[in-house]
Amino acid sequence: MSDIEEKMNEEYKWGFESNIEMEEFPKGLNEDIIRLISSKKNEPDWLLESRLKAFEHWKTLKHPNWQYFDVPEIDFQDLYYYAKPKTKNAIASLEDLDPELLATFEKLGIPLQEQKRISGVAVDAVFDSVSLGTTWKDDLLKVGVIFCSISEAVVEYPDLVKKYLGTVIPHTDNYYAALNSAVFTDGSFVYIPKGVTCPMDLSTYFRINAKETGQFERTLIIAEEGSFVNYLEGCTAPQRDENQLHAAIVELIALDNAEIKYSTVQNWYAGNKDGIGGIYNFVTKRGICKGVNSKISWTQVEAGSAITWKYPSCILIGDNSEGAFYSVALTNNKMKADTGTKMIHIGKNTKSTIISKGISAEESQGIYRGEVKIMPSATGARNYSQCDSMLIGDKCAANTFPYIDVKNSSATVEHEASTSKISADQMFYLQSRGIDAEKAISLIVNGFCKDVFKTLPLEFSVEAVKLIEMKLENSVG
Amino acid sequence: MLQVKDLSASVEENEILKKINFSVKPGEIHAIMGPNGSGKSTLSKVIAGHPDYEVKSGSVEFSINGKMTDIGELEPSDRAREGIFLGFQYPVEIPGVTNINFMHESFNALCEHQGADTMNEKDFREYVKSKLPILEMSEAFLDRPVNEGFSGGEKKKNEILQMLILNPKLALLDETDSGLDIDALKTVANGVNTLKSKYNSVVLVTHYQRLLDYITPDFVHVLYNGQIIRTGDKSLALELEEKGYDWLIEEHNANS
Repeated sequence: MSDIEEKMNEEYKWGFESNIEMEEFPKGLNEDIIRLISSKKNEPDWLLESRLKAFEHWKTLKHPNWQYFDVPEIDFQDLYYYAKPKTKNAIASLEDLDPELLATFEKLGIPLQEQKRISGVAVDAVFDSVSLGTTWKDDLLKVGVIFCSISEAVVEYPDLVKKYLGTVIPHTDNYYAALNSAVFTDGSFVYIPKGVTCPMDLSTYFRINAKETGQFERTLIIAEEGSFVNYLEGCTAPQRDENQLHAAIVELIALDNAEIKYSTVQNWYAGNKDGIGGIYNFVTKRGICKGVNSKISWTQVEAGSAITWKYPSCILIGDNSEGAFYSVALTNNKMKADTGTKMIHIGKNTKSTIISKGISAEESQGIYRGEVKIMPSATGARNYSQCDSMLIGDKCAANTFPYIDVKNSSATVEHEASTSKISADQMFYLQSRGIDAEKAISLIVNGFCKDVFKTLPLEFSVEAVKLIEMKLENSVG
Repeated sequence: MLQVKDLSASVEENEILKKINFSVKPGEIHAIMGPNGSGKSTLSKVIAGHPDYEVKSGSVEFSINGKMTDIGELEPSDRAREGIFLGFQYPVEIPGVTNINFMHESFNALCEHQGADTMNEKDFREYVKSKLPILEMSEAFLDRPVNEGFSGGEKKKNEILQMLILNPKLALLDETDSGLDIDALKTVANGVNTLKSKYNSVVLVTHYQRLLDYITPDFVHVLYNGQIIRTGDKSLALELEEKGYDWLIEEHNANS
């Protein structure tokens, strides 16, 4: 292998494929498949009905076409909707998993075996359509924190799931929300009881492995009165020439005085230099600050996927509640990222902060799309938005579409935006200090993203910096 | 350690340097003086490898591993790693990157190249702190973004601080004295004198002689219209201070 080829393969070191015997449902999307998914997961009737209702609705919808770039047509009948590693017996503990699966997660830096587990972080490991298991589950239960897969929650805590599922993002919300509501397979469930500060960080790692399979994640996090949780999410997929779909719904609910911090490092396979392959990351994420003084913050580092469509949002109902969105979106090669947020102010004195940093290199396209809506009831609402774009090279593009809709005259809304290029002066200055061109770009970019990185938990921010560095490695013209 | 031979360089097809010759030996201090637009800054940038300037003919040789080597093909970062330092006339802002982090990256890049031990964050901070009093700088500077919100004088001090930390074989200081009040000028000169040793050389690019009241040059070169029209010792600088550049330029024009 030539040096260059080796380098190209190194570019996405998570691109390996695990050789696991899988159990798959037949390809295609129809009522039978949905019934099969539901029965496989021993779901109660109400959930099957809700799936079928969502499917009926989805069939009436047309694929969205408001985007700023072409989204290739997806043949929804040519996908697998359920793929699960074959197991001979029911698994009692994570230790009993197929060694190949354990090895896969270990390679990804997420050891699942008890003696190797990362302390201070509980992990739910989702592989294709199923959760393989959750670490530290029993320890968390002792303080009343429920952390398990959504499939398990449906069976074990049906009342909680029924009470909240779909209340933040109904199936009628959008095309992919309808699809997800019909066919979702796995994801995480978190319940933090009243007054509890979750004693460790919770995280979910999503891995796509099976070919031609869509991953339909569903995650639900409920923070009861006065509780706090720090939740982290990571994701990777093999390097393939075919595109794959990850269409998720994540719902967050914060009650009085509760706080949820949700951080993502999105590193799906992004396709190669020519834009062949990569994940379509079409995700609906939304949190609702239901209670007074509640807080939800979304921090995301979007560094992967061929196409990203994602707007983690906050509905601020409780008086004095706060929403935040901190985002770094990096695109290179032919990637396209259309991401941003919505902040809907309903309660009095609600506050929102948006800091978005887009970095585009090569022939990629980065778009910030956001909406700040101040409803008539939101007296004293405040929003601060800052949307900065940085371009590397002259073939990429950055666009910003901020929508501001103020229906209460007492509101304060501030919006700042900038677009910059890495200047030749900055490059020469750093290089004249012995710092090579690649490192110089990465320093400048990391400086540019600092306000967002500092909101990430430490290990995540270290990972984010490394990831950005790696992604930019070949972007120096 | 530095030999500039018949160097001609241009930017966007405008010839700025025309057959420059001069050489610097270890331990020497050279001053390059001249009126505005004479090519002084260009000369230091070309030696440091600025990509905007094209070397049309001639060469720049620098001592690498004890051997004079043509560095024309070396990247600016490689020149820096070999021990060339350029103090900028207009130091550049790098938002979001702390001064200490920037200097640490730079220092370790040089150490790695030179086969010396790199330093961890804590030791490096102590090392930098030991240099701060020379420039009358406070530790707070280290945690501010590189040059962002610095006053003119602070930026120049920060350049000299970097120079002291990197301990270059050759420091090219481009108009380091411009925009400094007398106290800051003395402080900066003190910093430069601290570097001076029998191994380290300094090339001062300056418009005025006042910096030379505090740093004694071994040689003074007068640059005019891209050419060195006179080389002398410190007394030449004093003469320029008194009489300006015009007499030299007239003499030069009469001879050519």
